[in-house]
Amino acid sequence: MSIIDVSNVSKSFGGVKANTNVSITVEKGGITGLIGPNGSGKTTLFNSIVGYHPIDSGSIKYEGQEISKMLVPEIARLGLLRTFQQTRIYGEMDCVENMLISLPHRKMSIWDTFQKNTAEDREKAENLLDFVGLYEKRFLRSGSLSFGQQKLLEFAMALMNEPTVLLLDEPTAGINPTLINGLIDRLKRANSEFGITLFIIEHNMRVIMNMADTIYCLAHGELLASGTSEEIQNDQRVIDAYLGAH
Amino acid sequence: MAINKNALYTILLIVIAAAPFVFPNYGVQLATLWLFIIVAMTWDMTGGQMGYNSLGNIFFYGTGMYVAAVIAIGLVYDVGEYTSAFGGGRYDFTDAQYFTGFVLGVIGAGIFCAISAFIIGYVTFGLRGPYFAIGTLGVAIAAGELVSNWDWVGGGQGITLPVYPGNLDDGKVFIYFAFAITGVVLFIFLNYLYKTRFGAAMNAIRDDEEKAEAMGIHTMRYKLISWALSAFFIGVAGGISAFQIISFEPLESAYQTINLGIFMVVCVLLGGKGTLWGPIIGAILFQLFKEVTWNYFLGWQWVALGALIIVTVVYFQDGLMGYLRTVRPEWFGQTVEEKSDDAAGEAAR
Amino acid sequence: MDQIASNIGLLLQFPVVNLKILIDGMMIGALFALAAYGLALVWGVMNVKNLAQGDFVIGGGYVSWWLVKNVGLHPLLGVPAAFVVMALLGGALHGTPIHNWARSQKTAMIWVSALTFLVFIVATYLGDAAGSVAGYAGLILTILLVINGGIYNLVISRVIERDLFTSLLATFGLAIMGAQIMNLLFGSDTQSLDLGYDTLYFADGLIDVPIAKLIGVLMAAALAAGVVIFMKSSRMGQAIRATAQDARAARVLGIDTEKVYAFTFSLNAAICGAAGAIIVMVWVIQPFYGITYSVRAFVVVTAAGLGNLPGVIAAGLGIGALEQYGSHIFGIGYQQAIAVLLLLAVLVYRLMQQKRNRQVLQ
Ligand SMILES: Nc1ncnc2c1ncn2[C@@H]1O[C@H](COP(=O)(O)OP(=O)(O)OP(=O)(O)O)[C@@H](O)[C@H]1O
Ligand SMILES: [Mg+2]
Repeated sequence: MSIIDVSNVSKSFGGVKANTNVSITVEKGGITGLIGPNGSGKTTLFNSIVGYHPIDSGSIKYEGQEISKMLVPEIARLGLLRTFQQTRIYGEMDCVENMLISLPHRKMSIWDTFQKNTAEDREKAENLLDFVGLYEKRFLRSGSLSFGQQKLLEFAMALMNEPTVLLLDEPTAGINPTLINGLIDRLKRANSEFGITLFIIEHNMRVIMNMADTIYCLAHGELLASGTSEEIQNDQRVIDAYLGAH
Repeated sequence: MAINKNALYTILLIVIAAAPFVFPNYGVQLATLWLFIIVAMTWDMTGGQMGYNSLGNIFFYGTGMYVAAVIAIGLVYDVGEYTSAFGGGRYDFTDAQYFTGFVLGVIGAGIFCAISAFIIGYVTFGLRGPYFAIGTLGVAIAAGELVSNWDWVGGGQGITLPVYPGNLDDGKVFIYFAFAITGVVLFIFLNYLYKTRFGAAMNAIRDDEEKAEAMGIHTMRYKLISWALSAFFIGVAGGISAFQIISFEPLESAYQTINLGIFMVVCVLLGGKGTLWGPIIGAILFQLFKEVTWNYFLGWQWVALGALIIVTVVYFQDGLMGYLRTVRPEWFGQTVEEKSDDAAGEAAR
Repeated sequence: MDQIASNIGLLLQFPVVNLKILIDGMMIGALFALAAYGLALVWGVMNVKNLAQGDFVIGGGYVSWWLVKNVGLHPLLGVPAAFVVMALLGGALHGTPIHNWARSQKTAMIWVSALTFLVFIVATYLGDAAGSVAGYAGLILTILLVINGGIYNLVISRVIERDLFTSLLATFGLAIMGAQIMNLLFGSDTQSLDLGYDTLYFADGLIDVPIAKLIGVLMAAALAAGVVIFMKSSRMGQAIRATAQDARAARVLGIDTEKVYAFTFSLNAAICGAAGAIIVMVWVIQPFYGITYSVRAFVVVTAAGLGNLPGVIAAGLGIGALEQYGSHIFGIGYQQAIAVLLLLAVLVYRLMQQKRNRQVLQ
């Protein structure tokens, strides 16, 4: 069953056509990949889905509900969350505080918000920090973490938020290559253990081939190919796009 | 540590309770100091803790004054007749009428202001950065002008409340304690609020509202509620002020955009915004500065105040608490580590 | 209510009254547009939201007024005089050899200003007899300020790259100081200059246009045209526009952005000053009238957007006219409130527009 249905979405910035008639389906409970050369419009598509800008035409549905006219916070409250390519964390707060602020406010009543964080909240925060390998750093000002660590923290924050669908923009960019296997493993576990549907933009072919059930490939803002990892791997158009033979 | 803190608070409470009796000649100044503390703390709720720098919080002060006055008078007489007979006919208030009017007026002022914060905030909180500041300033200016054209509440002439029944000095003490109790309640409330999830969400909105939105935090809801809460307390303070000043008019004393409206911001900046104690310390410093310049600078006090604003804003914006934070981070419970590497990540692999 | 209805009735009954209101409104609107253009300039180029805008206007008015009363200058020459003086106060000397020299004499400058300030305070404290001493001390302070790069160097240059609220508050501080200094120097009475020209009458005397007003509006138009030509054709104008687009890139291309900023700010002060000198010939000034012009400038810029000169002019004229209509219908006491409510209306409109774009108004 599909959870996100993007159909015929186009988006241009002035003269630049960032997305042209893109149609993509994200299956519930699965891991979907989105690849494409730099500037092919992947981040733009993410932004259109989560409501950062209006789309020119087409429709975007989340669990059957049209969301292409909704605003960022409204969409986020449906349980559709994203991480940023350039990470966004609260640099002045420490890691635990970052985690606590990520508690799913959408599930709280006003009364709940006027309570202090409980011991369980902290435990959950620390467990998740442990899960991504930041336990040792939990009391450090998060702005002092390296880019890769901030990426991990943002991932942990997203998990803390208990999303239904998580859109990850290049989760492995900037991560120490020796840690990437660990991260792949965690992404898979987030999917299988927490039941979070993942939609991942990735440049690293090995990573995405390893994880995704279905992969979509964008080039020049258009959908070039889609299929399983084998199909994509053997698709001549994808190979050409990546080798720059436009 | 916990015992120390309790001891500290106890001493503070004793000082607060004793102050008007120890310094009977400074009753008005002490009450004003409380007013400054209250408005500074409430300004900091949205400005310091949430990053929404309002220039129009004075709206709630002025509105609080008028609402309290209208309630207190309206309980006994017809407000329109009362104001139009300004200086003319005699209107008496019994003791019971005065105190009922005071209590209901002050509380009513708070509630009215909280509700109006919801309504105004619904529009202005869509605005960010300078537009929010200008928009709220606009609301305050417009309100002052409209009220001064509204004859029912006395127009530009203003309105006069009954005086305290009994001896004048008792009246001053009464007002002092009204302010002091409001201030202490506000402090206790904020001390709790800033430790809750709500407080954390306020900080998240300040530090990166877009991220907060992207995480599904109800940013609008938090902005509205915290502004309404702060408006409640300003409204209460305005209501008490009305009974302190007794006779007031809209532009200079109620909606005093460029006096109290800006002073509250300067107090917060002086002490350090986004902290619990900063606004309090700032209000005390500011009040001292103001008293000194008012007494010794004759006519130039306003120039000195303008200069103080500029110097604070341009050169000393983090305030005293911010300064302490940079030199003594450990006092604020921050862990600092010189070097950070991927060791933690390594360990988890 | 009845009053309002009868006022509206009057407008419908005598259409020519509309024309009069429109002309009156657009005449003052032309001055609003000038102040707003200056604001759009510093806002767009330096990201400074100058709340002291109106006080620069009033300051220019007092410069002209003082020169006419004390030096016997012709009121029309007061306009260029105010332009120059306000430019100097704004920071026209920033980066010139004289400013660089002053900079090298930092300690001496600080001592001189501290001493003068002391003299100033003591003399004011002692009252009337020492009044002229205070006056001279004030003059020395002003000269020191001017050769030190003016207001730009002391305040503005330090808020340019800071967050938005900083410039708003810092210039608010400037506004308070400026208004108070003018109050102390010139008193709180309203002042104006009488040119002694005739008044033209049209439509059986229903429309009156004082020639002085006409001259004032023409001067405003000439000033605006001059600034536009300057921005289009001079090297400095080009540098200003380049900096407004992308300061970093401009710096890479070798533009001294610091100089551009100082120039822009003093140009703004000069435009405001000239506007004030026009205002004092036709309307009245008073030390605390500044905020009203600041509010108008903000309304206009918010409505028209930055870097949109035709928009600024149109919005300036429009707000002038709307205000006149408003005060005709609701009463003169509502004039300021109407301007502010217009600002709020514009903000709400822009907000809704942005919402459609899934954006917020930043
Ligand atoms: N806000 C914007 N304004 C103007 N152009 C934009 C904007 N955002 C993206 N673009 C343009 O749209 C195109 C697609 O950009 P996008 O960021 O979606 O690419 P991407 O596939 O995410 O690339 P990368 O792999 O480098 O992250 C690019 O040409 C980019 O310059
Ligand atoms: Mg991208």
